Amino acid sequence: MTATRSSRWLIGTGLALLCAVWIYPFLWLVSGSLKTNPEIFGKGLDLLPEAPVWENYSRAWSEVGFSSYMLNTVLITFGTVALVILRSALAGYVLGRYDFVGKKVLIGIFLVTFFLPEGYTIIPVTQLTDMFGLLNSHLGVILGLGAGGHAAATLLYAGFFRTIPKDLEESARMDGAGPLTIFFRIMLPLAKPITVSVFILQFLAAWNAYLLPLVFTLSHPDLRTLAVGMSAFVGENDTDWAGMAAAAVLSLAPVVAVFVVLQRQFVESLAGAVKQ
Amino acid sequence: MTATTTAPPRPRKPPARSSGPPKRPVWKRMRDDWWIYLFLLPTVVGYGLYTVYPLVASWWYAFLDWPGFSDRGTFIGLANFELLWADDLFWNSFVNSMVFLALAVPLRVGLALLLAIVLNRRSTPFRGLFRTLLFLPVVTTGAIVGIVFTLILDAGGPVNLALVKSSLVDSPVDFLGSSGLSLYSVIGVWVWKWLGITLIYWLAALQTIPNELYEAARMDGAGNWKEFRYVTLPLLLPFLVVITLIDMVGALNVFDLVVTLTGGGPAFSSEVVEVYIYRTAFGATVPQLGYASAAAVLFGLLTMVLAVGQAVGIRAARKAMP
Repeated sequence: MTATRSSRWLIGTGLALLCAVWIYPFLWLVSGSLKTNPEIFGKGLDLLPEAPVWENYSRAWSEVGFSSYMLNTVLITFGTVALVILRSALAGYVLGRYDFVGKKVLIGIFLVTFFLPEGYTIIPVTQLTDMFGLLNSHLGVILGLGAGGHAAATLLYAGFFRTIPKDLEESARMDGAGPLTIFFRIMLPLAKPITVSVFILQFLAAWNAYLLPLVFTLSHPDLRTLAVGMSAFVGENDTDWAGMAAAAVLSLAPVVAVFVVLQRQFVESLAGAVKQ
Repeated sequence: MTATTTAPPRPRKPPARSSGPPKRPVWKRMRDDWWIYLFLLPTVVGYGLYTVYPLVASWWYAFLDWPGFSDRGTFIGLANFELLWADDLFWNSFVNSMVFLALAVPLRVGLALLLAIVLNRRSTPFRGLFRTLLFLPVVTTGAIVGIVFTLILDAGGPVNLALVKSSLVDSPVDFLGSSGLSLYSVIGVWVWKWLGITLIYWLAALQTIPNELYEAARMDGAGNWKEFRYVTLPLLLPFLVVITLIDMVGALNVFDLVVTLTGGGPAFSSEVVEVYIYRTAFGATVPQLGYASAAAVLFGLLTMVLAVGQAVGIRAARKAMP
């Protein structure tokens, strides 16, 4: 592209304006979390608060119970991520490298259920969890989010493990290593790039999950995740805008921080997923 | 995507891609491969219980009158479907879901493609920064985004203040509280939130086009438009099918945004199928689990139609490719 200087400048300005509009809601949110309640709607477009009110944060953190929501979310997110990684790496390894009775059936089932929307299975999944006696428990939410689905993660691992030369395994087997040793000592460490991708995508999905945690904690407010707690908070006191904004900033900060730190891997794992 | 192995695990085994039947009997192979099944156990159990069973069970529940998880349902045949067929609120939610698909998906896919083409040009300044900023909403929690936007789109919120101040409107627009606008407002927020991920998909797709093609096109004197029309577009076609499908599935998973933005209101004007199912099953004083399952089954059939459409679409796209 031989772009003239002026057209470059024009495109750059246009994009800059678009991005400013794009992230304005976040800027507005952060500024709102530092304002007093009347100030938020009084001069809505002014992003700088008169004097930052840090007290909004302490109110959201302690009085509303966001500290426990945060803990619940962290527990559930990491439990789900660990479950999905272990499960899909184990299955992806044998699917990618071995031929066995029933393999075609398994892959067929994966492909048929690949795009199943969550809203479609929430009733049976709730009933199942109820049957196991796991409703209103962290484990119930973790299993609900991580035990089924995620065929994509399994197929990502399978695709990766297929590309590894087989001499590695052969020599390990000669040395008397069993399948579990080979998998955990050699194969899983090799698959680190895939693990990073799956970690990122799962972290995002679990941290932001709403429908399932909402249904599973309907009768147990102390088990709420951030997303569920936030909407409950709005239902209970819809006048404390500043406290709400502070709570929202607290809830969004961790996931935005993870994104900023792992930005490159984020983009690469998503791009890799679509190229598949 | 299909896993075909070329590595026979043991010397005694026939190669994986054998066309004939394996030499050893099935039960013996299964016994020798016991550890493979051990590796598959977590997936088979988890997937069986949490994905396959719900799929099958939904069909069964759809034939029950089932007033709560602690009760046992009674079989009532097709009565749920008959009631659904006559239920205006179900069709209302169905139409809303379709409108959502028809408007939001093309908007998201098209806008993202435009931006991707601009961001893919080497001459564009600050490409990485712009990409990051556009991607930021993707990582945020949908339910919380919805709540934040109830403030932003409020009559006294920044959007209306800007509109009134710039004299575009005389009085604040009620984005979420008027039945004519609520669904479109949700669509707007949804596109804003998810555009970034589609942008990444398109950028990945554009990366697959070799630069030589553009150079050749330019040698032949093709301008920007011709270059797009005869080089970029044909090569992006298979990606268009996949990306559209991914975004369509996304457009069926909008529960968090709809519930937090409008709750499906006012007067059910923004209630999509997913919210309808939730309301029938968990939001009512008497849960109608069988009825909600019947709605879910219809919703599922729709998804299958989409999946079949995808298969046909991809096949057609492949045929169109030389």
